[in-house]
This record gives sequence, C-alpha cells and structure tokens, in this order.
Amino acid sequence: MQEHILSILIFFPALAAMLGFIVHKDSARAYGITVAAIEFFLSLWLWNLYDPMTSGMQFMEKAPLVAAFGINYLVGIDGISLFIIILSTFFTMIGIASLTETRRVKDLIITLLFLEMTMVGVFAALDAIVFYVFWELSLIPMLYIIGAWGGPLRIYASIKFFLYTFTGSLVMLVGMLFMAYFYYQATGQWSFSILEWYRLILPENFQLWLFAAFFVGFAIKVPMFPFHTWLPYAHGQAPTIGSVILAAILLKMGTYAFVRFSLPLFPDAAVFFMFPIAILAIIMIVYTAMVAYAQEDIKQVVAYSSVSHMGVIILGTFALNVEGISGSVFLMIAHGVVSGALFLLVGVIYDRRHTKLMSEFGGLASVMPRYATIFGIMMMASVGMPLTINFVGEFLSLLGFYKQSHAFTLVAGTAIIVGAIYMLSAYKKMFFGNVTKDENKNLKDVNRTELLALVPLVIITIWLGVYPKPVLEPISNSVESIVQLMHDKAQTKEAQARIPDLANQGAMNSQQETH
Amino acid sequence: MLEPIHVSLASLNITTLAPMLIAIVGALVILGIDLVKEGLHKSFYVMVSLLFLLLDLGSVIDFGNIFLKNGPILGMFDMMLIDGLAILGQIIIVVGSMLFIPLALTSKRFHEYNYPEYFSLFLFMIAGFQFMVATDNLILIFVGLETASLALYALIALHNRSKSFEAAVKYFTMGALAAGFFAFGSMIFYAITGSIEINQIASVLAADHYANIGYVLVAVSFLLAAFGFKLSMVPFHTWTPDVYEGSSAALAGYMSIVPKIAGFIVAMRLFEFLVHSGVVWLQVVLYIAVVITMTASNIWAMVQTDVKRMLAYSSISHAGFVMAAILIGTTQSNTALFLYWALFSFTNLGAFTMLWVSRQKNLLPGQSSDHPYEKFAGLVKTMPMAAIMMALFMLSLAGIPPFGLFWGKIYIIASAVTGGYTVLALIMALNSAIAAYYYLKLIVFMFMKEPVTGYEKYYFTNASLSLKTIIGIAAIGTIFAVFAVNPLLKVITLFVYNSGY
Repeated sequence: MQEHILSILIFFPALAAMLGFIVHKDSARAYGITVAAIEFFLSLWLWNLYDPMTSGMQFMEKAPLVAAFGINYLVGIDGISLFIIILSTFFTMIGIASLTETRRVKDLIITLLFLEMTMVGVFAALDAIVFYVFWELSLIPMLYIIGAWGGPLRIYASIKFFLYTFTGSLVMLVGMLFMAYFYYQATGQWSFSILEWYRLILPENFQLWLFAAFFVGFAIKVPMFPFHTWLPYAHGQAPTIGSVILAAILLKMGTYAFVRFSLPLFPDAAVFFMFPIAILAIIMIVYTAMVAYAQEDIKQVVAYSSVSHMGVIILGTFALNVEGISGSVFLMIAHGVVSGALFLLVGVIYDRRHTKLMSEFGGLASVMPRYATIFGIMMMASVGMPLTINFVGEFLSLLGFYKQSHAFTLVAGTAIIVGAIYMLSAYKKMFFGNVTKDENKNLKDVNRTELLALVPLVIITIWLGVYPKPVLEPISNSVESIVQLMHDKAQTKEAQARIPDLANQGAMNSQQETH
Repeated sequence: MLEPIHVSLASLNITTLAPMLIAIVGALVILGIDLVKEGLHKSFYVMVSLLFLLLDLGSVIDFGNIFLKNGPILGMFDMMLIDGLAILGQIIIVVGSMLFIPLALTSKRFHEYNYPEYFSLFLFMIAGFQFMVATDNLILIFVGLETASLALYALIALHNRSKSFEAAVKYFTMGALAAGFFAFGSMIFYAITGSIEINQIASVLAADHYANIGYVLVAVSFLLAAFGFKLSMVPFHTWTPDVYEGSSAALAGYMSIVPKIAGFIVAMRLFEFLVHSGVVWLQVVLYIAVVITMTASNIWAMVQTDVKRMLAYSSISHAGFVMAAILIGTTQSNTALFLYWALFSFTNLGAFTMLWVSRQKNLLPGQSSDHPYEKFAGLVKTMPMAAIMMALFMLSLAGIPPFGLFWGKIYIIASAVTGGYTVLALIMALNSAIAAYYYLKLIVFMFMKEPVTGYEKYYFTNASLSLKTIIGIAAIGTIFAVFAVNPLLKVITLFVYNSGY
C-alpha cells in the first residue's frame, strides 16, 4: 500500500464522491466529514512515511497513459508538495466540518470531494499533462460552487473565474507542448515528465518565450497584478466554503507551479525576469493593500489582503535562493492557514447577520468575546506578527530577496508593515467601540462546531510560528536541490552569479571550519 | 477499326468494391423486402441496416489487414485506391453510421422512420461516402459525393416539417453550387495535366515545375470553394446552422461527423501535395481560411440562443480546427486529424443525442426554436443524471481534460508546434478559450439557474432503451478516452504513415 499511497490519496476522494451519490441527503454532511477525515489521516500517514532527509522525489508511481506521445501517469512528492497536500486535505476536512450551507448539501459535498481529488492531483503530479489535467479539472467544481451557491452576481463571477484561468492555462499548454517538442528534438523521444525536462538546458531566448507562456498560466492563477481582477468577484460572490478553498489552496497552485516549473526549467529566464516580477509583486503588495483599506465589506478586505500576501510569496520565490524559496513555500502553507481561517471567520459572522458590511458591526468584542479573540489572533498572524506562522514565511522570503536587492526588500517590507493598518482598522471598526446596532446585541458567540474548525487553525498558527522546524526542514532540503539544479543549469553570467552554488558553498564552509 | 480491349478479370480486382457493394446490396434488400411485405416496424429496418453495416465494417477491416501486409490496393482500372486513409475514413464512416442509425428507435413515432426508403437512402449515402474516400480519381470522388449528398438532402426533407424542407432545399442549392465548383476545378486540372487522378496530376505538375501556375491557382480556388461548402468553412458556411436547425437532431449530429470526414480525406489527398509543392498562395489562403473559420464561428456561436444552432457553429469551428491539420501537413498532423475526429464523433454523438431525446413535437407559446437554452435551465434539479451527461459532453467539446476531445486537441496543437506553426498553435489554444464560453453557457443554464416551467415534460420523452444505451456508449467513450488514445494513435500512425501522408 505504501508504494501506491499517492494514488490512493488522489483517487480516494473521487471514488468516495461517486459513492456519495447513493448516500441519503440528510447524511451527506456526515459522510463528507468522514471521507475528508480519512483522507486527512492518510495524508498525515504520508508525512509519517516521508523521509525528511531525502531531497528528491518520494513515493513515485508511473504508469503509461499515452506511451506513443510520452504521456505517463507519473506522481511523486518532495518536501515542497508534501505540506501543500496536507494543507489541502486539512482544509477540505475543516471546510466540510464547518459547513453551514443548507441548500443542496449533498451536491456540495460531492463537488468538494471531487475538488479535493484535483487539488491533491495537481500537487502530486510530476507529468506535465497529468498536472494540466488536474489543474483544469479543478476549475469545474469551483465554477459550480461559486455559480450554484454564491451571491447575486454568482454567474458572472464564476464564468469570469473560469474563463480567465482557462485562457491562461491554454497558453501554458502550448508552452508545455513546446517543452515536450524540445525534449523530442534533443532525445528523439516524447516526454512530458517534469523530472526529465529538468535535464534539458535550453537556449536563453527559448527560455524567455517559454517562461512567458508558463507565466501567463500561473500569474492568472496566483493572481498577480494586473491579472487579479477575477479574484475579488470570485471571493465576493463565493459561499464561505468556496472562498476558503480558493484562498487557502487553489491560489497556491500558481505559486507552487512557479517553484515546480518556471524556476528549475528556465533558470536564466527566471533571473532575467526577476526584477520585473519583483516590481509586479511589490505593486501587488502595495496596491491591493490600498484597495483593501478602501473596502467596506469585510470579506473584500480579507480577499485583498490575501492577494497582497500572495505578492510576498512571489517575491520570495523569485529571490532564487534557498531562504527565499523555502520562505515562500512555507508562506504558502501559512497563508493557506491564515487566510482560510479568516474567510471561515467572516463566514461565521455572515451566517448570523447575513451581511458582510463593516458598518453594520461595531463593538462585537463585548458580545462575542471568543470570536473576537480568535479573529484577533488570526488578524495578527495575517499582518505577520512574530511568533505566528506568517512571520516565519514573510521573514524568510524577505531575507531571501534582501540578498538580491536591498532597495526592493525595503519597499516591500515597509509595505507589509503599512499593510497592517487596514487590518487593524477593520478590526477596530468591527470589534471595538460601542454596540451601535440592536441586531448585534444578542449575537451568539461561536458554537462548538465552529470552534472545532477554528481551534485547530489557531493551534497550527501558533505552533508553527514558534517552532517551524518540522515543516521548514523538509521544505528547505527539497528547495536546496532545486536551487542547486538551477545553478548547474544556469548559462548566463548573471544567472550564475544570482543563483547560489550550494555545493561549492558547502565545500567552502567546511574548508573554513577545518582551518 | 477499334482494337478489342482485353481485360483480365483478376486485374480488375473487383473485391475492392466489396465494402460499398455490401452497403448498396443492403439498400436494395431493404427496398426488396418492402415490395414483398409492407408495414414492418422501424426496429426491423434499423437492425437490418445495422447488420449490413457490420458486414461492411468487417470487409473494411479485412482490407486493413491486407493493406498492412501488402501496401495500397488498386482496382477497377486504378480507379479504386484502398490505402490507409481510405481504410481509416471508411472505418469512421461506418462506425459513425452504426452509432447513429439506432437513434431512429425513439419512443415517439416520427414520420420519416415509417418509410423503408429512409433506411435504404441511408445505406446508399454510406456507399457514396465510401466511394469518395476510397479513390483518388476526381470523377469518382464527384460521383460518390453527389450520390451521398442527394441521399442526404432527401433524408433531411423526410423529417417533414416546413423548416426541414427549407433546410433540404437550402442544402441542395448550396450543394449544387459546390458540385459546379468541383467540376470546374477538376476540369482545369484535366486541361493542364491530362489526368483526373490526383497522383498523376501531382506528378505531372511536379515534372513541369508548375509552369501553368496561373491555371493551377484557378483550379485550386474552385476546389477550395467546393470543399469550403462541403466542410462548411467560413465564408461558405452560411447554410450550416439553418440546415442543422431544420433537420432532426439525430441527423444534424450525423451531418457534423460523417460527411465531413469524407470531405477531409479528399481535401487531404488534394491539398497535401499542393501545400508541400510550395504553392505559397494556397498555404496563405488555407491559413487565413482556417483561422477565420475557427474564430468567426466561435464568435457567432456565442450569440446563439438555441443549443442546436450553437452546436452547429461549434461544429464549424471544430472543422476549422481540423483543417489546420491539413494545412500543417505532416504525418503527425494527419494522424491528429483522424484521432481528433474519432474522439469528436463520440462526444458530438452524445451531445446531439441528448438534444434528440428531449425533442418536442409542438413548441410552447413564446418558444422560437426547438432547443432554446431556457429549456435546459435547472436541469440538475429535475434530472441530475441528464444534466451531468450533457455537462460531460460540453466539457469534452470545450477541451477540458481528461475528457475525449482534449487529447485530440493537444495532439493537433502539438503537431502545429512541431510543424513550425507556432502562431497557429497559439491561435488554436486561444480559440479553445473562446469556445469554452458558449459551452459553459449551457452548463450555467443547467446547473445554476432555476427550471423554467413548461419544459419539464419534454425531457427524455423521446428516450428509449437503445437511445439511452447510445448516450451511455458516448459517455464512456468520452470519459475513458484517455485509455483509447494510445492504441488509436499507434494504429492511425501506422495507416497514415504507410499511405505516404
């Protein structure tokens, strides 16, 4: 079973979803929680089996799909994908457990389980086409969730979400076909295996074009400025569960794909585009923070702040050194936990008041003390307070980029601090002061089900903020091998200088120690 | 005094006619039975047609084995040419027909299926298409094309509604025009090369290094227009949506698959050598036609209010997509064409059958066409399985992985990449994104809107066990296509490569 654990992880939720059609609709929620919990424990077991000292791929499985065209079912994980997979299974479980939706719950549960399959599939895939299949397939459940359970503008929002991402990924698909063609020219065989692509060294101008093709697909997904316009609509209209999954996991597909595809495949292009992308990332951090400040809807505040922090992840990724990339991968987990939790919290208040406007609230801290506490912790984590999970990731990302450019990092760092303003002001508007509205006087504090979903998130936020090593170590082990690969492949002088050479650095360090 | 001509029977190789003769005999048998006994149930005729088609398929596959051993088979004074393209084409034609003919077994009675002539015309039509693909003789192509088309016009008109007559006459007029163009084009080729066989035309033209390039261009323009009509390429496509709307959904689905593959094979035979001979003008024109066909029809499809018309425009766009394979003209792209069409036929079969089972005899007040989008609104609430099936076919048409058409799509785009048509590859990819919009529109109606009252009694009214089986087959073919791609790719590559394309 161990050698097939990834396939089990990928297809178990889909199988369960199929069987779910038979389950009676009153029991659907319990069924969903059970399946998601089994899946989560399977993923924990995967962590248990994972060897943190090995940096390469583990639990690889391979089966031919279209052998004549080099497409294989090829899956495997390293430290980078492991924790995002656990995050996916975890949030599916939490999401289903905290579900308050009453309309057509069974359909929703089945959709979520299908979505879980596609999420695990994306992060486990090592064949570009398999990756693409899951990547595209993940759009459909999300389209349905937003379109069927969303707000008044749901159809517009869901189609916008779908078409944006779909267009981007088709350009990426052409890029993938080009990669496979280059591989064919170099070796005489078709292959879509990412690991085999890693061995190709492409001329710089090809790298630039292919990098751009992949970038379109990934940047829309992240979403990077100026491709971010679909996201506020999607978040604004999506039901709570949709926003949670979208923010916590689906957006990570884009940043994960940068680390998995763009960096190791096109190191020279990554260096070439490093500063343009950093500028975009900083604009993203600053601009969306400003937009967030202007929002009146608390969900939009959380949505824009989530985009803003995605900018930090991009910045860390394009630091192109171990600190930056490990930090950004860690921040992906952290951002997932924190923004997922914030969307859940917004959902809690929305269920009670059916409004998300901040002006409707005020003084909630006295009415709902437990809610205010949890919200406060998560908000502090979101602004990157030390000893919370976000801090570790943001610090490492910025540290990584500091090695490339002091000025950029300074701007980004300041922006993050200034970004805290909108969060604090939102918090102030909602929780402090007097209770101004009568409707708010008798609001019930968070109940047991909600606590069951929220408390684990709080625990993780603080635990990994204080002691990130169990997660950070496997991540940086795998990141080291990627950075080394990039350095070995780099052809331009600049790339060789920008991307650190870990093998020789280690040798130099040990030399110094012996002296 | 003319010399008596001596022809040995063996050199005629009459067996090359076997597949078509089986279909023709089948048609005659049906007519004969009608003379002896009238009023037989349609299921009888469907099964008899199916049996003859099975024999037909068997003989085609037999030729396939001979071809793989001995190479192309010639017969009837070299008129017949059974090469890999002919065999693949005939397999798609016959299998497509076998899947579509059971659609006559509706639970409601329809006028046309009471006539045995319907089924015999159907078999004549198949024989016509088979002739068309199994030759490189322009006259035989013409005869095959006209046999098939005339039968098809009659089949459309038999649906017996005023729109069907309109469709048949429209199609007939356009078809006559196309036939004229085809005849002119062939004539000019004959005039400058003295031959009507595509092979020989190619070698004669190559031998004199395209000295008469002016005439060649005129001939090619005529033929391009003829195929433009038959394959419904923009700007010769205007008949398509009306004809699809007028014919029954079953026949419309059939028209989007079988006549087109026959056309593609002839176009492949004809344009392949021209594209490769360096007639740049043709390349440019074909390039423009392909891009416009894909893009314009996609845009028209977006504004349709009727699902059947939308599918009509979408099939134009798919045809443009596949014409790109002919333009690219490598073994890989020709293989991709067959792969794409094989996968497309399953998905499109499913989509049109879904329309066919909810065919209503009388329109509701305020309803302007047979299948407006509103008809499918909220289908997931009234008939969840039907909605999921329909969504599946739409997703496959949109090229969402891992469903059927995705694999055809990436293989064609990959062949564009390897053939050096980078920009074309990008245009094809972006067109898929545009197309996604109108396929999604139906999904949005089915899954995200509330049902419109009045329509619910029509869903699946027309369904019988055989129709449901067909939908099931189409769905399985669409979902599990990924496992079929590898064997298909191997077989198709073998056939295409050994035919020298």
